[in-house]
Amino acid sequence: MLRYALLRLLGAIPTLFLVIVLAFLMVHAAPGGPFDDERVLPAEIEENIAAAYHLDEPLHKQFIRYLSGLVHGDLGPSYRYRDHTVGELIGTAFPVSLKLGAMAMLLALVVGVAAGSFAALRRNTLLDRSVMAVAMTGISIPIFVIAPLLVLLLAVRLQWLPAGWSGNVGATKFVLPVIALALPQIAYIARLTRASMIDVLASDFVRTARAQGLGTTAVVRYHALKPALLPVLSYMGPAAAAILTGSVVVEEIFGIPGLGQFFVRGALNRDYTLVLGIVVFYAALVVLLNLVVDILYGVIDPRIRQR
Amino acid sequence: MSLLEVQELTIRYDDTAVVRGLSFAVEKGESVGLVGESGSGKSQTALAILGLLPGNAEIGGSIRLEGGELLGVSEHILNAVRAQRAAIVFQDPMQALNPFLRIGEQLRRILVQHRLADGKEAQARVIDMLKRVGLPDPERQYRAYPHQLSGGMRQRAMIASALIAEPALLIADEPTTALDVTVQAQILELLEEIRADTALLLITHDLGVVAGHCERMLVLEQGELVEQGATRDVFARPRHAHTARLLAAAPRLDTINIPLPSTGEELLQIEAASVSYRETGRGRLQAVRDVDLTIQTGETVAVVGESGSGKSSLVRAVLGLIPMQSGRVVFCGTALHGSVQDRPTEVRRGMQLVFQDPVGSLNPQMRVANIVAEPLLVHKPELSAVNRQKEVAVMLESTGLGEEYLQRYPHELSGGQAQRVAIARALILKPKVLVCDEAVAALDGTVREQILALLREVQVDSGLAIVFITHDLSVVRAVSHRVLVMYMGALVELAGNAALFGRPRHPYTRALLEAVPIADPEHAGGKATLAGEVPSALTPPSGCMFHPRCKYARDICKSEVPRQRTLDGTTVACHLADEI
Repeated sequence: MLRYALLRLLGAIPTLFLVIVLAFLMVHAAPGGPFDDERVLPAEIEENIAAAYHLDEPLHKQFIRYLSGLVHGDLGPSYRYRDHTVGELIGTAFPVSLKLGAMAMLLALVVGVAAGSFAALRRNTLLDRSVMAVAMTGISIPIFVIAPLLVLLLAVRLQWLPAGWSGNVGATKFVLPVIALALPQIAYIARLTRASMIDVLASDFVRTARAQGLGTTAVVRYHALKPALLPVLSYMGPAAAAILTGSVVVEEIFGIPGLGQFFVRGALNRDYTLVLGIVVFYAALVVLLNLVVDILYGVIDPRIRQR
Repeated sequence: MSLLEVQELTIRYDDTAVVRGLSFAVEKGESVGLVGESGSGKSQTALAILGLLPGNAEIGGSIRLEGGELLGVSEHILNAVRAQRAAIVFQDPMQALNPFLRIGEQLRRILVQHRLADGKEAQARVIDMLKRVGLPDPERQYRAYPHQLSGGMRQRAMIASALIAEPALLIADEPTTALDVTVQAQILELLEEIRADTALLLITHDLGVVAGHCERMLVLEQGELVEQGATRDVFARPRHAHTARLLAAAPRLDTINIPLPSTGEELLQIEAASVSYRETGRGRLQAVRDVDLTIQTGETVAVVGESGSGKSSLVRAVLGLIPMQSGRVVFCGTALHGSVQDRPTEVRRGMQLVFQDPVGSLNPQMRVANIVAEPLLVHKPELSAVNRQKEVAVMLESTGLGEEYLQRYPHELSGGQAQRVAIARALILKPKVLVCDEAVAALDGTVREQILALLREVQVDSGLAIVFITHDLSVVRAVSHRVLVMYMGALVELAGNAALFGRPRHPYTRALLEAVPIADPEHAGGKATLAGEVPSALTPPSGCMFHPRCKYARDICKSEVPRQRTLDGTTVACHLADEI
């Protein structure tokens, strides 16, 4: 198991390298630079700044410099948040994003699996059709439409929940962003669960369990749920990636000081190191989460565990 | 009051009735066989008794168990009946047991669900039950997952799960169809032994199984009961024509109908063929060990053995579908090398293959005409479309399928028709060797007879050599000129048909023959003379690999690998072949 995990991590190095190369090239290809401002600076000051941050070197030298820093765990200084390294910025912002993402993921799993299972058990009834219709809508509408609509309805019109992050609003400030982030995932997981649950319920071993006098609840709980969750589990990797990208939008809309917001600001400000740092961090995170999913797969399915 | 009373049972799907006005009774403690071909409604009847039919089935009539009506009652009442009053053993234990749950957990859940036991007591009862069905080391099997057991052990666990709540009626739906003949005999004996005063309703297509294990029998034809009575009487004096037909097609070891080999030219020589597979992290698995075999034109050679004996591996290696570890294959005077892709076209055309699952081996998106024409596209591209279609029609005609089948898709064919299409596809290139890998195993008795007759006819007409891989010894008896018996990848006996069935030389061959259920209640075979199952090929026993299961085994068998020798034309690998 440990050997497997290590091999997988080693195998992720080329992927990460490719991500870094692409991100590096794209950031530098964008017009403008980190120290362009409305106020025009004298040429020699600009040159000094460029020299201080090695921006006057050819691109490949800058890349090698960046890589060697990365190997030593140094993501470099931020170009815009003076006196802060990128590592420090990620360290402050990530816990916020993590809380948000983890809650959204948990909500999506619980609601999605429950809704999908009920739809499967009541297959082709009104309940099934309504759940699937709602899910289809959830998948079709992008977050940047859902989030403002939620704010408009629940925060502005009904005034049940705070619309943003600022002010002393306590834990309720999480509710709307988490829902907005989770909704598309709930929809997707519900559809996945329904399909796989229908398959599992038609399998021979479920017929055996029914022949043993286990009622529907016991059949689902002891026999069907675990196998039906396998497709959902393998979707967890992509789901994590989707929530990460979703959080970039949601944090901007709700004004949450998370990693997503830093990312957007960083991109607008051409804060090369900050953008690159977040990209590398997220890429590593997705690789790691996919590894966890694969290991969990073996925990659930004993036939895989043996190999 | 009978234990089970079924009256005027009718099961319909949309407008098709699969069971029509079926009435019968099962008394306490008796064993009744429910016999019929596929589609006769026997499994539907079993599922109806336990209320397990799908929601779109329309059910009419009455099913009473111990006086209580089961049709139309609530799930709640049914759940109390299931397992406790009536239980079922399904055909394929790999599918029927939950692969995600430990065996013990699945059995314990039944006790807990029915409030029969809990906690430590439940666990103790499960372990005791596993012991009673003959699982070695029951504490360990309690924690095992289904895939960690062999097929026979899985079916034992399935039987344990059916009997653990002490039902009054046990339904067994083709309980041994997925198993080897030796294991089948063990499982049937176990059922007999362990059920005590539980009544048994045994559903099967195999009249041999009924002859050996049922006091009474019921015969179904297309959903209708056509005959019932004491097993002896029905076998001796079948009153209905369908019963007589079933009996005529039943597996026997005393019928032979073999054409003489036409020319006897050597066609295919296999010399010291070995095949091995690499198992990740567990070393090499030796699937075939130094097997020699020569096949002549116009000859049928059967390859038999339990699952895992290497029969399919041997043939696949000869065809070039899997790599051969060592050995030599000579076909029509040319030595063959490498995989099938690297072989010359004439060689590839000369050897064709028919698989077990007839529908699964045909592309579901192609019409019959195109399926049969495909080999011509590859091997005779010069043929015009019109001529190609003509050849296809002629070929199909000769396998007994008229022009109306040309435009059909595989799912529109019955099993027998699909197998005819597969045979037509194999024969359209006029091969010299046809390999049939369990080609009739999935077919009903009467259909199987027809397919075998077709193959015989082709052989007489064209001098085709046939290699018949099968686990069914009655088929071997009916079609083969010579028989190769394999055990753990090695040749144990190679003999002519009459010699093998008349005077088997190897103890393993004998045990196989004794295990075959014979469709005759007076001389029922199906004896479990072979204990245990095939050992793991990763850790083969020393000396003669068969010695741990051999009742004649002596010290020499444990230490020395027996050499092959020839006795009266029979090649046999046994130290004691001339003594026993």
